Amino acid sequence: MKQSAKQTNQIENIIFEKSFPVEGKTFKNAGNVSTQVKAILQEMFLPAEEIRRAAIVTYEAEINICSYAEHGVITLRLTPEKIIIDSTDKGQGIADIKLAMEEGYSTATRKIWQMGFGAGMGLSNMKKYSDSFEISSEVGIGTNIRMMINI
Amino acid sequence: MTLREVKEILNAEVYVGYDQLGMEVKTAFGADLMSDVLAFAKAGSLLLTGLTNPQIVRTSDVLDIAAIIIVRGKRPLPETIRLAEELKIPILGTKYILFETAGRLYEKGIVGCVETVGKTNESN
Repeated sequence: MKQSAKQTNQIENIIFEKSFPVEGKTFKNAGNVSTQVKAILQEMFLPAEEIRRAAIVTYEAEINICSYAEHGVITLRLTPEKIIIDSTDKGQGIADIKLAMEEGYSTATRKIWQMGFGAGMGLSNMKKYSDSFEISSEVGIGTNIRMMINI
Repeated sequence: MTLREVKEILNAEVYVGYDQLGMEVKTAFGADLMSDVLAFAKAGSLLLTGLTNPQIVRTSDVLDIAAIIIVRGKRPLPETIRLAEELKIPILGTKYILFETAGRLYEKGIVGCVETVGKTNESN
């Protein structure tokens, strides 16, 4: 799990690519990227269920950046077969990924709880709604997540 | 039932979506934890919640939630209303507590979008 693939891995046949900056440690614009990703995928007439899953995993990644990181970038890529969502952030990172993947494990603060998050479901949810999920993280540096959804 | 009937059953105020009260709803999910809503709620359901911040709208948007019912007499924040108008997600508000809201809807035929979650007892 720790040394999973770097996100520079080659993806072939990219037909669409767009990156969205995400501000960390604030919920001011939280969810904005997910709404944009959903709109883009709807314009491409992809199946509703795959759009829904892509929107959910993007939102979870976005909420994580808004909750824990200094700042991050979410990149949406599309190939004829897959929706690929990368989340890369600069921030505290995750010390124990296996533990963080467990449902219910959380390091959330009061501010995060007040927004309705921090129940320790985020990472497991991203995995649940993706066909492929890769995560790597370094404490004090940041976290990289790649999620793929088959179309 | 229609969202209009939901409004009547709950004696609810409509904050957003007067023009969408004709929509049909059959199922609901209730929680104040958006994390759990994201994990378990199904598309087309009502979301019953006591939260009022814009994340209830974002969460509903990504999940294709039909409409939001804010319980316990709370009012959505102005930015929550603005976002719901933009994303065309109805918001109703009722003075009933979550338990009463769920009970009154269930009595009239609305069921949970899932009954149970997690592992069954046999597999534990």
